[in-house]
Amino acid sequence: MGWTRDQIAARAAKELRDGYYVNLGIGIPTLVANNIPSGISVTLQSENGMLGIGPFPVEGHEDPDLINAGKQTISELPSSVYFGSEDSFAMIRGGHVDLTILGAMEVAENGDIANWIIPGKMIKGMGGAMDLVAGAKKIIVLMEHASKDGSPKFVETCSLPLTGAGVVDMVITDLGAFVRSSRSDPFRVAELASSVSLEELRSKTTASFLV
Amino acid sequence: MKRLYSSAREALQGLLRDGMTICAGGFGLCGIPERSIDAILESGVKGLTIISNNCGIDDVGLGKLLRAGRIAKMISSYVGENKEFERQYLAGELQLEFNPQGTLAERIRAGGAGISAFFTKTGVGTLVAEGKVHQEFDGETFIMERALRGDLAIIKGWKADEAGNLVFRKTARNFNRVMATAAAIRVAEVEEIVPVGAIDPDAVHLPGIYVKRLFCGAPYDKKIEFRTVRSAEA
Repeated sequence: MGWTRDQIAARAAKELRDGYYVNLGIGIPTLVANNIPSGISVTLQSENGMLGIGPFPVEGHEDPDLINAGKQTISELPSSVYFGSEDSFAMIRGGHVDLTILGAMEVAENGDIANWIIPGKMIKGMGGAMDLVAGAKKIIVLMEHASKDGSPKFVETCSLPLTGAGVVDMVITDLGAFVRSSRSDPFRVAELASSVSLEELRSKTTASFLV
Repeated sequence: MKRLYSSAREALQGLLRDGMTICAGGFGLCGIPERSIDAILESGVKGLTIISNNCGIDDVGLGKLLRAGRIAKMISSYVGENKEFERQYLAGELQLEFNPQGTLAERIRAGGAGISAFFTKTGVGTLVAEGKVHQEFDGETFIMERALRGDLAIIKGWKADEAGNLVFRKTARNFNRVMATAAAIRVAEVEEIVPVGAIDPDAVHLPGIYVKRLFCGAPYDKKIEFRTVRSAEA
């Protein structure tokens, strides 16, 4: 049974700390913004040049000059600030962003992540993903545990070209959460999703992990 | 020195040639120099190398130049949402150089700032690092990235004064500011040109030294790529 997309996002939101500057990727990571625990204040960074992303605008108030990195219309907050792409990535590369939460096509047991290209098939580009995984202090990946054809996505070694090598700190899927205390440690199970057994998790994961 | 021009066509007069490299501001369809793009299309130049984060969508922005077969090479970070791009690339009609978005921005910044190369951790251990100089600093591995410059930069601002001091609006700043630093000739289009003194000097985002030619492109019909809204609260 496992977690829904929203439950995956809610589990990730538990990793937020008061005062964090956070970059959220497209897809399930976007849903984290709806699950920020009460009493915690975080500032969302958009790599196209904004700190302090507000909610989607009320209909009729969409502004073509105000979009997030997924090119969706958004709104601003009283605390919002704008800057250029060169400043945006200086703050990312410079380690000023506390946490980035993004999706992936594959994560390997050593923390490698692949999420930008399927050679000969999907030609889109890496956008800001390589900068984010190289620069943010902590990297959390949210993804479905298996791809559409049922093959595992948390694997021994990535088969797709990498976005970053050894950079992932935590993986949360519909079946559970995996975490490691440092980038030289192996992942261990932090939590199993509702009605998911360890046997099921093992049978659907080719990455090795501690319990 | 003449800085103010009446249209994109006039501002780009004498600057365009086949095979040139053009830096274009914008992120998605936000803050794209659409009047200059239209004038470049109209001029008929071809074999262009375009440095831009994205390549528009099928019939908007740089997508128009792409569809007309004017682009030989794109230097970008993300070209999704563009089927014609994928078709031309897979058919071998278009060269493509992908850069991590921050590396792209910094290569352009370096190009505009007289820095010939820099070292970054971004891309280490990936395809991006292949063939590049690797160097260890303080126990961590970095790769060397070279600066980027164009023959011409086209950018879009919100308003500028007659001295070319320019202000951007919200997330339409994106790559526009940095692109305006990294080419021999820089052409800016804005929504409004105001007299000198009308913009607080402390509020200028792009000093006029970077704006060689300026024109007002209004009125604009800005496009939204993904319209997302919430319902009004009771």
